Amino acid sequence: MSEASPAKAYALHLGVIALLFVLSFLLPDYYHGLLARIMVLAVFAMGYNMLFGYVGLLSLGHAMFFGAGLYGAGLAVIQLGWGVPLAFVSGIACGAVLALMIGLLALRTTGVAFMIVTMMFAQVFSLLILYFASWTGGDQGMVVPQPARVLSFGATVLDLTNPTVRYMSALALFSIVLLITLAIVRSRYGRVLVAIRENEERTKMLGYDTFSNKLIAVVISGTICAASGAAYALLFGYVGSSFASVQYSILPLLWVLLGGAATTLGPLIGTVFMYYVIDITSGYTSAYLLIVGIALILLVLFFPKGILGSIRQRWLGWLP
Amino acid sequence: MHFGPHLLLAALEGLVTSAVLALTALGLSLVFGVMRVVNVAHGEFFMLGAVLAWAITTAIGGHPALGFLAALVIAPLIVGAIALVAERLVLRRLNYNPEATIVATIGMLYIIQQLALTFYGPEARPVEPPFSYRILLPWFGYSGYKLSIIAASALILIASWLVLTRTRIGLIMRATQYDSETAQAFGIPVGRVYGGVFALGAMLAAIAAVLIVPISQAHYLMGQDPLLLSFIVVIIGGLGSLRGTVVAAVLIGMSDGIVSMFFSPTLAKIIATLLVAMVLVFRPQGLFGTASR
Repeated sequence: MSEASPAKAYALHLGVIALLFVLSFLLPDYYHGLLARIMVLAVFAMGYNMLFGYVGLLSLGHAMFFGAGLYGAGLAVIQLGWGVPLAFVSGIACGAVLALMIGLLALRTTGVAFMIVTMMFAQVFSLLILYFASWTGGDQGMVVPQPARVLSFGATVLDLTNPTVRYMSALALFSIVLLITLAIVRSRYGRVLVAIRENEERTKMLGYDTFSNKLIAVVISGTICAASGAAYALLFGYVGSSFASVQYSILPLLWVLLGGAATTLGPLIGTVFMYYVIDITSGYTSAYLLIVGIALILLVLFFPKGILGSIRQRWLGWLP
Repeated sequence: MHFGPHLLLAALEGLVTSAVLALTALGLSLVFGVMRVVNVAHGEFFMLGAVLAWAITTAIGGHPALGFLAALVIAPLIVGAIALVAERLVLRRLNYNPEATIVATIGMLYIIQQLALTFYGPEARPVEPPFSYRILLPWFGYSGYKLSIIAASALILIASWLVLTRTRIGLIMRATQYDSETAQAFGIPVGRVYGGVFALGAMLAAIAAVLIVPISQAHYLMGQDPLLLSFIVVIIGGLGSLRGTVVAAVLIGMSDGIVSMFFSPTLAKIIATLLVAMVLVFRPQGLFGTASR
């Protein structure tokens, strides 16, 4: 990260957002819907990247933060009858509180133990969803009914099941999170996180409280992932336990690795790329897990920096 | 049935689980201990053992014992060979970097699972036990085959202990585990030891799977539960401690058997997983392990 003008970085990110906005009017229906979904999931990947890319903590339990947002929002709408804005806030709050609790416990461990502990907490979370099947619908999941997904501000009515509204909501969430991430990683705090990733002992010796800095990062990361989950429940109307399974902890890792860990736009690129690869190959074969597996191995073997990470290393040193 | 016999039955079932778990976890613990590699694909090697056992017994036919014995020998060898190739092609090139190997073994997990689904199919298929002798206890009859699983597992565990503590191979493995750089300097071919240990770990999982498959059926998703349980056993037992692994396996297997017979299995799993996570958080070296360096 060289000291280029911040204007350049912000211009690039605003350009990406503008491009996504323009695409909304150009894309055919199928890809329009797909891109809306990808943007929401890219937010999940950005949340994951916050911890994995910038702090260097490999978690295998982020599905529980996505799930906390998903169920926090979904249960609020379905079981409590709350409105969309309140449900969205409730989903985010669930994720933030859960992330704080998990962070306090899991950050006592490091390295491999951190990975296993987060995986186990996530396992407990998904088992709890199955155990309380009478409220959560167990492994069947729940469908959020269409009337519950309508927002009204006085005279304006926003129906989240309308494709255009859905796309713009997804884009709004994506843009906000992207700009927040950019601001965080460019800030003093972001530099401290990278310092912890590179050498925690040295950062400690420089007088930084690494535990509380990491804890804040876990909470930010968990909150972003929960926002993605809450948006998914409200925009796509399905709340299911499969989203809390180990597989959904591994997917953001894959997206981030592919796009480039510790780059702000990498998660988007990785998610787009992987979705299209799966979309194209699923026309030829149903063996999509095989593609995911081979992609993971080839990535760590030959391409550990990912797409954007390699571009940054070769040509564009100023990329955030 | 009265409470006493019920408890005895639960304990016997728990012991069978423990026996299989101890073997699977020993494989994971060896790989984790010697190579510092968290093998997320360990459960898939277990599954592969069971699926191959089905394929071999079906191909051979005749008396069930014949096919079973063939499976017990051939399936672990095939799984070991696959693991060795994976180790040479992938893990070695990653220089055993802990995080990269986790990602790579996750990749292996998906590849093996998908290949099993493609070539074996989504059905659960049974394997006939080699003999069907029932031991008559005063309260109920119990499968003689299940008791023989416990005996076989105990034999293999004792053999592993002898190899690890009394032979030159064991000495080399312990030296590599203790300090791989010094071992290398003393002329131990560390790369080959790593390859061997990874294959051995996979073979132990495959043996466990062949033993269990006559009472539980082969299925392409059957690797997930043993993976998580093995992680739990390895953590509770302490890294690289054979004694700890066995004690923890018995502890986990018995409590799983007894708790899930008297309470809801899901609740039992939730409590067990949470307890283990807490053990790892507050006592990272495990109950029997020594503090890591």
